[in-house]
Amino acid sequence: MTSTAFRYLPLVLLALAWEAVARFNIVDSQALPPLSKVAVAWFDLMRDGSLVSNGAVSLYRGSVGLLLAILIGGGLGMAMARWRLFDVFVNPLVQLFYPLPKSALIPVTVIWLGFGDGSKILLIFLACMIPVTIGAYNGARGSEQVLVWSARSMGASRMRMMWDVVMPSALPELLNGVRTALALAFILIVSSELIASQQGFGYLIGYLGSTGAYEAMYAVVLTVAFLGFTADRVYQVIMQWLLQWRE
Amino acid sequence: MDDAAQIIIDKVNHTYRPPRGRPVLALADVSLEVRPREFLALLGPSGCGKSTLLYLLGGFLPTEAGRILVEGKPVAAPGPDRGIVFQHFALFPWKTVRGNVLYGLERQRMPRSEREQRAQAFIDLVGLKGFEDSYPSQLSGGMRQRTAIARTLAFDPNILLMDEPFGALDAQTRSLMQTELLGIWQRTPKTVVFVTHDVQEAVYLADRVAVMSARPGRIKAIVDTKFKFGARDPGVFRSKEFVEKVDELWDLVRVEALKAQEEKVA
Repeated sequence: MTSTAFRYLPLVLLALAWEAVARFNIVDSQALPPLSKVAVAWFDLMRDGSLVSNGAVSLYRGSVGLLLAILIGGGLGMAMARWRLFDVFVNPLVQLFYPLPKSALIPVTVIWLGFGDGSKILLIFLACMIPVTIGAYNGARGSEQVLVWSARSMGASRMRMMWDVVMPSALPELLNGVRTALALAFILIVSSELIASQQGFGYLIGYLGSTGAYEAMYAVVLTVAFLGFTADRVYQVIMQWLLQWRE
Repeated sequence: MDDAAQIIIDKVNHTYRPPRGRPVLALADVSLEVRPREFLALLGPSGCGKSTLLYLLGGFLPTEAGRILVEGKPVAAPGPDRGIVFQHFALFPWKTVRGNVLYGLERQRMPRSEREQRAQAFIDLVGLKGFEDSYPSQLSGGMRQRTAIARTLAFDPNILLMDEPFGALDAQTRSLMQTELLGIWQRTPKTVVFVTHDVQEAVYLADRVAVMSARPGRIKAIVDTKFKFGARDPGVFRSKEFVEKVDELWDLVRVEALKAQEEKVA
């Protein structure tokens, strides 16, 4: 208990410093409103429902995009690792797409699918697919030949062997890729909604900022930060549970 | 050709093609027959292609020249009629002891209650009662190899292929496992093809020992090692007959081991 308290001590100090700096007008309290006022604004946003409704939209877009990325990217990576011909065709595309800043695709996805959910889901899917694919690819390539042979000699078909041996072999690296993808999803959901949306966390931050409601804007920013942190923590627990067989 | 043979290896050649570098002839004109319920050891220096021959038998590598027949049919793919135990166990690390032993039975579509029972019986047989829910990473080397043996025996293959199964174990564990394997083999008789580079191990376990030459691997000699006495107690090691067989085989292998060594240096 004490160690947990100690771990979060810097956060508490930061919060206190924030409050003090704003209270004593060391920086412009317009640019940095006191944390206590941000908290009040947060409760107002919760009461009028705008935080919940916009948050729900963002989380929906993010989770659908991420889920598609995990399913398709995971399959893609494993298929590339096992089938030479498939690898020859798909790998250059992945290599080409890898360094592209995915935020550059925000206007593109809007042209294709409009300002609604579709363009955000597509963007998150495309961006998150890359680390998942690469993780699955590297993990599956490391799957041991003798495990593949063992499964085959016990009567597993080739497809069955993919599921029983290649997938679990790829799992540790695949799950690391998903963790990166999770962070990417948060980045892209907010930035895409900031630029081209009428709903969501990003939209709310942009709207509140442009109307000068800085206290409320900070409240939304902190909410997103907290959700991102929590999601990563929960994910790590899930990951540990899935990989409990490792020493 | 011997009608009674269960496995017929007929003039098999195999070329190993590394991703980079020149192809290497690993097996040259290997012919060998194995009878039902026979324990045959493939003995040879490292790099002589004895494991390659076992992988060909398992159907893991394609037969390029010559033919391999198992019960009259050419080997085309891996199958549950030929169970294999690898040197480094090859257990599924994400499955528990029970999960590993169950795997083959699940693939054979055995009904649940039957396979649970059978898995337990084989876990008990190899002395792992109480470790059913442990993961391989939590077990010692000897226990991992016991699990691998139980996993392979459980789905009841006619032929047991063993690729230096005790090579990764310490000397004491190895000797215990050898005795245990003999006991298991006597209770559930199967045809065994056992790859090893350990002369004593070959003489102790096998009915016949096929000695292979340095690369390219050929069958250099086949030596009968079936002893008159039925029970193979550890006293065997001191018997005159045993010591003489070991010496005889050592003479055959030593030349090949030296050749293999020279090739490495050159």
